[in-house]
Amino acid sequence: MEENQIVIIGLNHKTAPVEVRECLAFASEDNPKVLETMRQEPYVDEVVLFSTCNRVEFLLATKDTSRATEAIKDFLAEFKKTPRDTFENALYTYEGDEAVRHIFRVAASLDSMVVGEPQILGQIKDSYQEASDHRSCGVILNRLMHRSFSVAKRVRTETGIGDHAVSISYAAVELARKIFGELEGKSVLLIGAGEMAEQAVEHLVTNRAEPIYVANRTFERGLEIAEKFKGTAIRFEEVRDYLKQVDIVISSTGAPNYILVRSDFKGVMRARKNRPLFFIDIAVPRDIEPEINRITNVYVYDIDDLEGAIQENIEERQQEARRGERIVDGAVVQFRRWFQSLDVVPTIVSLRDKVEEIRQAELKKTFASLTSASEEDKAAIDRLTAALVKKILHDPTVFLKDSGHRDQKSLYVDICRRLFKLDERNNRESQKE
Amino acid sequence: MNVLFTLTIACYIASSLGYQGYVLFQRRSVYKVSSTLLWIGFLCHTGFIALQYFETGHIPVQGLHETLSTFGWAVAGVFLALQIKFNLMVLGALVAPLASLSVVIASILPRPYVELDPLFRGLWRTFHIGTLILGLAALAIAFLVGVLYLIQEKAIKDKKRGFFFRRLPSLNLLDSMGYSCLITGFPLLTCGIITGVIYAQMVHGRFWSWDHKEIFAGITWLVYAVLLHERLTVGWQGRRAAVMTIVGFVILIFTFFLRFLG
Repeated sequence: MEENQIVIIGLNHKTAPVEVRECLAFASEDNPKVLETMRQEPYVDEVVLFSTCNRVEFLLATKDTSRATEAIKDFLAEFKKTPRDTFENALYTYEGDEAVRHIFRVAASLDSMVVGEPQILGQIKDSYQEASDHRSCGVILNRLMHRSFSVAKRVRTETGIGDHAVSISYAAVELARKIFGELEGKSVLLIGAGEMAEQAVEHLVTNRAEPIYVANRTFERGLEIAEKFKGTAIRFEEVRDYLKQVDIVISSTGAPNYILVRSDFKGVMRARKNRPLFFIDIAVPRDIEPEINRITNVYVYDIDDLEGAIQENIEERQQEARRGERIVDGAVVQFRRWFQSLDVVPTIVSLRDKVEEIRQAELKKTFASLTSASEEDKAAIDRLTAALVKKILHDPTVFLKDSGHRDQKSLYVDICRRLFKLDERNNRESQKE
Repeated sequence: MNVLFTLTIACYIASSLGYQGYVLFQRRSVYKVSSTLLWIGFLCHTGFIALQYFETGHIPVQGLHETLSTFGWAVAGVFLALQIKFNLMVLGALVAPLASLSVVIASILPRPYVELDPLFRGLWRTFHIGTLILGLAALAIAFLVGVLYLIQEKAIKDKKRGFFFRRLPSLNLLDSMGYSCLITGFPLLTCGIITGVIYAQMVHGRFWSWDHKEIFAGITWLVYAVLLHERLTVGWQGRRAAVMTIVGFVILIFTFFLRFLG
């Protein structure tokens, strides 16, 4: 194979379980070494390495896909001291358009575990930065990476892919905002403990909810948790009294029965002047009697209600993701057009075409004013100009054909196309079609 | 028909459509255009009313058609003023159509020429009608906000997160906006009723004549007075306040039409 190909070799959360991914993930201090080694590989012209907790991928420009793939596999096995067969089945290899589509989808967070999560673009940008610091990417991957950033940006702004909360704790905050508007100064009571509940409190705190109270059956544990949120620990028996002042209650205890029932609310709403009260019941079995939802200005959401909200949001995101895919499809086609133009032969052809076009146009103009010239004269002029063009184009053509130096070829072709504005011409023609 | 008035109607209707479009598609630019249109319509309307005032020497509230038009003006005006503070964007989708409806009906109603009784002129009457119309407009918006509150409240209570849930703002915002409308509308309504009573004394020689119009005006006032009192002391808010606002407005609008039918 003569021409450069874009290739992606890697694995992600869909193809490899976490045990395999953690074996192969690269720490950021490894990156320089990896890129350096890859640059030495004879079959790898350009390389960018992505390594996050959900994916390890090599993006390459290579003239020989199968040899490059082998080289990567060998390298992984050696560098990570892992036998090849532990990861070989999880690896995928995409070439050409498929590789371009893949990197666009990754950057746009269409390939993420949580579709639409915003961190991935930053990680991709960091990887690219690393690669360009080590001069391991050239004209092809530079262009590809920049395209993928703009595709990601388009997907984010033109679709609602990142709009809706898709985790329990986010969904709880989203709901709280629908009730209270601003959460600033809204007091929160956490009953019990648990990762999900504490995450929800954390999100509320980031939204400037305060003060935070924590009630736990073991007071010491309560103190511990309260300290984390700069809150106050209260005794478990005090929960009912605090209903009069708190706005948001997150409950996550291991209690087998309801810890709050409707009859606990006698006089509570009057005491709190009917200010709304929002219960988030994450516990299974439930802590808050569902009947309480029927009290005016009191809202009770249990784990299933929150799951339901998330499910809707996920569907919403998937719909938005489909719109994102369409944007990606368009971008792949555009990129292909540019990439194909990097071939030497089509570039030489379009360069000749362009100059020939200019020659013909000028001849036409000249002949129109040269009424006295005979057919013979005209033929002579025609020959003269043709010879000029041929001689002028000879050296550049030879240079392009012979500059067999790896990615330098793509670079010169690219420069040539820009010098003579060949892409504008191509675009014009393709638009005419 | 006056050019200004035609322009007003066109702007109000265009703005109504724009606001509906905003609710559907959630494009901020659409909202901005609709808001601008409403402003233009409101300014034209103001010009039109000012012209009428200079021509006749009283604010145009003779007969149903003039009153409706002035009401539409007040609704648009109060809404635009409130928007500066609350920026409750979806509300336009209800308010702009209300203003449009008022001016459209006003434009097609017959306009019998009434020889104006000199008694109907004068400062008291201008004040009486002016405050009543403004109060009515503020309470009409309170009513619309109350409706939005109930829709959103139901969505949250029933855990059905549909079309409205996404588009409507928080309960808290709706509630405090309803409250603002109420404390704007209620004093105006009170002023309107008091000046009306004084005016009745001047015209009929009696402060209060127990006719059905006056009785209903009294009931309306009481409903709003109770609502405001409960809000301030017991802290009635949320659902109950929204329901009361709606009930109050239904009685109020009934009283309003009683004046023209009775």
